[in-house]
Amino acid sequence: MIYQATQLVNFAQGALAMFCTYIAWSLITAGVPYWAAFFLTVIFAFALGAAIERVIIRPVENAPVLAVVVVFIGLLVILTSIAGWIYTYTIKVFPSPFPAAPLFGNKYMSSHEIGAIGVTLVVLLLLYAFFRLTPLGLAMRAAAQNPESSRLVGIRVGWMLALGWGLASAVGSIAGMMVAPIVFLDPNMMGGILLYAFAAALIGGVDSPGGAVFGGFLVGVLENLLGAFVIGNDLKLAVALVLIIGVLVVRPSGFFGKVHVTRV
Amino acid sequence: MKRLLIPIAAALAAVLAAPAALAQKKYDTGASDAEIKVGNIMPYSGPASAYGTIGKVEAAYFKMLNEKGGINGRKLNFISVDDGYSPPRTVEMARKLVEQDEVLFIFQSLGTGMNTAIQKYMNVKKVPQLFVATGATKWNDPKDFPWTMGWQPNYQTEGTIYAHYILKNKPNAKIAILYQNDDYGKDYLKGFKDGLGAKTSLIVKEVSYEATDPTVDSQMVQLQASGADVFFNITTPKFAALAIRKAYDLSWKPLHFLNNVSASVGSVLVPAGLEKAVGLISTQYIKDPTDPQWNKDPAVMAWKEFMAKYYPDGDLKDASNIYGYTVAAALAQVLKQCGDNLTRENVMKQAASLKDFRVETMLPGIKMNTSPTDFAPIESVQLIKFDGKEWVRFGEVMGK
Repeated sequence: MIYQATQLVNFAQGALAMFCTYIAWSLITAGVPYWAAFFLTVIFAFALGAAIERVIIRPVENAPVLAVVVVFIGLLVILTSIAGWIYTYTIKVFPSPFPAAPLFGNKYMSSHEIGAIGVTLVVLLLLYAFFRLTPLGLAMRAAAQNPESSRLVGIRVGWMLALGWGLASAVGSIAGMMVAPIVFLDPNMMGGILLYAFAAALIGGVDSPGGAVFGGFLVGVLENLLGAFVIGNDLKLAVALVLIIGVLVVRPSGFFGKVHVTRV
Repeated sequence: MKRLLIPIAAALAAVLAAPAALAQKKYDTGASDAEIKVGNIMPYSGPASAYGTIGKVEAAYFKMLNEKGGINGRKLNFISVDDGYSPPRTVEMARKLVEQDEVLFIFQSLGTGMNTAIQKYMNVKKVPQLFVATGATKWNDPKDFPWTMGWQPNYQTEGTIYAHYILKNKPNAKIAILYQNDDYGKDYLKGFKDGLGAKTSLIVKEVSYEATDPTVDSQMVQLQASGADVFFNITTPKFAALAIRKAYDLSWKPLHFLNNVSASVGSVLVPAGLEKAVGLISTQYIKDPTDPQWNKDPAVMAWKEFMAKYYPDGDLKDASNIYGYTVAAALAQVLKQCGDNLTRENVMKQAASLKDFRVETMLPGIKMNTSPTDFAPIESVQLIKFDGKEWVRFGEVMGK
């Protein structure tokens, strides 16, 4: 998603999401109703993302990719430490908007998990519509892929990038709020998830949100089946890593990603 | 003449007596008439930074001691450094403390891997590595490592106690085990299997998880599918909460043993859901400050007052804070016993001669006992069962 808008893989995405989830938690603990807190947090996340782009990313805009990646990793560490400093490392319960009783009497998926899948699909559809059908979405894609030409046709590239960051951060905060009821809220919440998310995104193709969702399902199913029946739980994490390397070697653009060809 | 002689004689006597008085005071590097330098290594940053609060509460305890006049008139100078929970940095920090800061000894360095990394160095240098903050069993090895001593009940002892309980009360159990795939998890597992002895065939399924896993859902489904009716849960707080909740969601209701590492009401059972934790069995040796039964307990109240005054930022729900307070009190006792003989050798000697010593924040009946051949201060624990509101002690104190 943020890759679509900025052409960079953001390692601090998870930390941003975690931080925003803490904001939501503070709001809910202070007595704000769930959905109000939810939307306030999304707005806050948008502002935070845009602000980070303006203040921190802008100065390194033209720096080599590696420098930017280092900035991302720095952000990741900073956000995690700040959250730990403010909210301590004790795990917190994050409420779910969905009923506690499982849907349709099934035993294996809580209604929250089903609800989270629903929310994911809705967000995905909205994003798709936004990028494909609105002029702003088109402008954002253009700004990311070809800044010079975009500038020539009158797109304000700087603001588009800030907007992209804001959107990515907002989507991240939704993800954080969906994940927190399952894994509990703590500053390292997204650490374990991030690796699987990267594997998923790579399989699907980093520039295809739909592909990423497909990749997510594939990684989850593969990992659990292999873990339970073939290789044992010790090597589950290795499955995700092998997938990352495998995809990078065999098909770097993923199943649904566009193959980039650069004309010389 | 006579009037002059008396003061001269007195002065002479004083000069002659002085070496005798000095001879009674013995110091190694790091100790003097004014202060005792104590080193400490904590993960203030990095993945285990949640434990950093132990170092802070210990510093607060020594600050309180110093305000009350110190130990035998000497102030404690507590030098606490950060290793980021990374063994190479622990080595670096231990060398800094011993060679640059010149501490008398290192107290409560945290983490199994971190202490393993510095154990040889400390023993070669003959600097005490006292009351290390880890429950691994290997710290009780006075023959090979006479300068290293543990403190809390070790994981194997605890595992063995659960095994004995199962053999006695449920001899036909079908046991499922979930454990963290590292030294800590395997130490528990070994103690548990040793405790079962010839009956290890009672274990029908054991699965592991990594500390980096997001959840243990799929492990729990596998364990339930094994048809086990006893579940030994060897997990750290977050995963314990996840496992307790998942077992409930799967409507799997085995006899559930939870390791002491995660027996905190406030930071594990409340997040998991109190109604989901009813019937859990665990062990304890320190009073849980989040447990309502201790609200009126004088020792816990004194601890809360101490927290309010010396460590107001500290989380009252975090069991680490009462742990640090208790172990700092144990160190104060050792140093008090040392008197004016503050050599490294005497520190170890006094640490190895605790007799039925208690800090009142420990559960009734739990005592610290050490000897030159026994470097494991606390070797007994109390079985406890959760009733939906608090841990209820049952049976006698088990262990040595």
